[in-house]
Amino acid sequence: MTSPLTITDLTVEFPTRRKLFTAVDDATLTVEPGEIHGLVGESGAGKSTIGAAIMGLLDKPGRIAAGTIKLGEREISGLDPAAMRALRGKQLSMIFQDPLTSLNPLFTVGEQLVETIEAHLKLSGGAARKRAIELLDRVGIPNPDTRVDQYPHQFSGGMRQRVVIALALCSEPDIIIADEPTTALDVSIQAQILDLIRELARERQVGVILITHDMGVIAETTDRVTVMYDGRIVESGPTAQVLGHPQHEYTRSLIAAVPRPGLKLDRFPQISYGGRETTFKIEDLARDWPAQPRTEGPLLEVRGITKRFLDKGSLIPSRRTYFTAVDEVSFDIRAGEVFGLVGESGSGKSTIARMIAGLYPLDGGEVIFDGTPISEDPEAFRRQVQMIFQDPYSSLNPRHRVDRIVAEPALHLGVIPKENVKARVAELLDRVGLGAEAGLKYPHEFSGGQRQRISIARALATQPRFLICDEPTSALDVSIQAQILNILKDLQEHLGLTMLFISHDLPVVRQMCDRVGVLKGGQLVEVQETGRLFEAPDHPYTKELIRLMPKTDLLSTEGLTG
Amino acid sequence: MTHLPADPETETGLAPSAHRPSRWRAAWDSDIAYSFRHSPVAMVAAFVTALLILSAIFAPLIAPTNPFDPSSLNLMNGFSQPMEPNAFTGDTFLMGTDDQGRDVFSTILYGMRISLFVGAMAVLLAMVLGITLGLIAGYFRGWTDTIIMRIADVQLTFPSILVAMLIFGIARGIIPIQYRDEMAIWVLILAIGLSDWVQFARVVRGATMVERGKEYVQAAQLIGRSPLSIMVGHILPNVLSPVLVIATISLALAIIAEATLSFLGVGAPPTQPSLGTLIRIGQDFLFSGEWWILFFPACTLLALALSVNLLGDWLRDALNPKLN
Repeated sequence: MTSPLTITDLTVEFPTRRKLFTAVDDATLTVEPGEIHGLVGESGAGKSTIGAAIMGLLDKPGRIAAGTIKLGEREISGLDPAAMRALRGKQLSMIFQDPLTSLNPLFTVGEQLVETIEAHLKLSGGAARKRAIELLDRVGIPNPDTRVDQYPHQFSGGMRQRVVIALALCSEPDIIIADEPTTALDVSIQAQILDLIRELARERQVGVILITHDMGVIAETTDRVTVMYDGRIVESGPTAQVLGHPQHEYTRSLIAAVPRPGLKLDRFPQISYGGRETTFKIEDLARDWPAQPRTEGPLLEVRGITKRFLDKGSLIPSRRTYFTAVDEVSFDIRAGEVFGLVGESGSGKSTIARMIAGLYPLDGGEVIFDGTPISEDPEAFRRQVQMIFQDPYSSLNPRHRVDRIVAEPALHLGVIPKENVKARVAELLDRVGLGAEAGLKYPHEFSGGQRQRISIARALATQPRFLICDEPTSALDVSIQAQILNILKDLQEHLGLTMLFISHDLPVVRQMCDRVGVLKGGQLVEVQETGRLFEAPDHPYTKELIRLMPKTDLLSTEGLTG
Repeated sequence: MTHLPADPETETGLAPSAHRPSRWRAAWDSDIAYSFRHSPVAMVAAFVTALLILSAIFAPLIAPTNPFDPSSLNLMNGFSQPMEPNAFTGDTFLMGTDDQGRDVFSTILYGMRISLFVGAMAVLLAMVLGITLGLIAGYFRGWTDTIIMRIADVQLTFPSILVAMLIFGIARGIIPIQYRDEMAIWVLILAIGLSDWVQFARVVRGATMVERGKEYVQAAQLIGRSPLSIMVGHILPNVLSPVLVIATISLALAIIAEATLSFLGVGAPPTQPSLGTLIRIGQDFLFSGEWWILFFPACTLLALALSVNLLGDWLRDALNPKLN
């Protein structure tokens, strides 16, 4: 019989040079055997810190300042390192986010499993190996008796995460802590892994703490959920109750910000919790925005573009092998519309964005902007296109001041007179909600969402007609995502911008796009009006993608208007 | 694992800029200054380095005699022991004198000027060369990268002192004999600089490849900035911190390399002796009991190289986010 995990009044502190930082403040929660307990919150909420505190793996200089962690009747928070190590292997297991780095590439999967089994179950040699094969079979790895002798690199990402789960099960633990176990995986694999975790928890009566930022994962998988904000538990209870009838104001605003595949919103509700609100002054921006020239036909035409990357180089051209990342893709984007491209990782969606932007040369086909092939006049195209990147932490040069970053495209392309640039930059920073004085700071002084606003200001400085958004919100928390998506919608509606919107996140695409293209392995399998795509997809691959989306039906729809 | 949120003040991003600390205050408060204030080794090393550099710069003011002005020398003062009045003239010398009656303390101060000058210029040359080639190799990749880095690999298979001697030898062969002595210092700088560029190039290339993949570089490419302006304006400022560390450690190595070359007699000429030349001269007298002629220059070289090196070590740790 496995024992429950009880955390009482846990406080974790990180004394830093300048001040004492309280990562977890007075947290109390219980995980029963066989229960999946979700810990949800935005980055910095302290959810991973709770996991680390249970495992005794707090990064230095973190320490448990108060409270107790009990496994059954045994107090485990103050154990010495040796006892903790024994416990960690035996009764507590962990599943990490990245299956690529949590397995040792130098040992076969079998060796890693057998080592753990021998250490904890007093089985040896043949018996341990037999057990390893059983486990692999149980986590759904086909042909386990041959695959047990393979190395981690011979497994795909999803299969590797299954191996990691098998490894976590080796010692027959009481508690498994899964820290963002599916964040690095594609949606189709995510669904399978979550199913597996759920089944195993039931079958073996293991308590699972599932740490995630994704409300969809919580809704689909967990029995109970605890919502954290800024180190504190704001709400805890059965999943259906917390998600369906949130009591706390933060939970409500968090749930309201989750994009729903089934409900197209005009705008996301403004998140006001925690004083994060900053206004985007679209009216001011629209006032002196040049009117969009009338365009006959589509603004952007993509004609059979192909991109091959060198797979194996050789001195002799005929011996080189290539990998085709984008295979004869064609689509049109009408003036003023938002065109979405969706697909799983490796489907070529970002490559297409970079090809259109001129960052990658084309290996075939052409891109026509406003009736003129881009290759004929790349300068003119550059003046009318801008891009918003995925990672707000790498898209701004950390050594440049914000005013320089925002001014660079406008200055370089010469779209506004030099003497006006300074005023334009200050005005733009004010209008994206950062205030004109933000220009005097450096990017590291801003949070992720604020950085993305700086990116938007930079893109708007040249007054482009066409905006490429490459996963603009996938690195952001859901509440910040809602703000940025609202801003992008404003830009499209009030300034008449045309957008190419790239995302792996179908609910986001539903909210943002007028039409959507679905990519699979570098080929465009379907182009469809968004509503139709979600309600009646044509292609089997699209159907599968939509079926596998985490369901959000449980989530409260309070305050949402279509 | 744990996400420490940014400072709450910066979190809003709109904190009034009125109470921003002054530049000096901000520098004092920065993490690097904090790490410095809490590292006794770094503080001692910085003090010794600063003391040596300053005394080299102000050598004409500090040195009791000008060892290279023949009129100020008195052969009678030859082989004076440190801190003991000379038997013939009654003059006292802090660190004694050499065979020609030159004050060892003064020769060290002047010798250090040559050593530091050669070291600093050689590192500068290596740095400029290494950064340029490293940026080009890391940015363009492909054939350019292969050619540059293969040359670097080949050079690394030779001991750098051998490379320096080779370059020194070739330069001596080219330069007409009447200019040799005055050009010797520059040849030395060239020899040491060229033998040392590889590690700069390697580090810069690696860092450039990382930075090149970041989206801010794509944002610059998007608006059609030229590769040169992206390399200089965007990437270079982001790869400089590791370069700073190597430059400091290289300075110590270059000073030692210069001393080695001079000791071997292929470096600074006796008319402009560096610390290495002084050590070579002192070596002749070591076994006849005049130990101070060798001892004091050698100690100075040791102190200089060690303190610069320790400073470099500290800087490397202080700039390494993983160790903080």
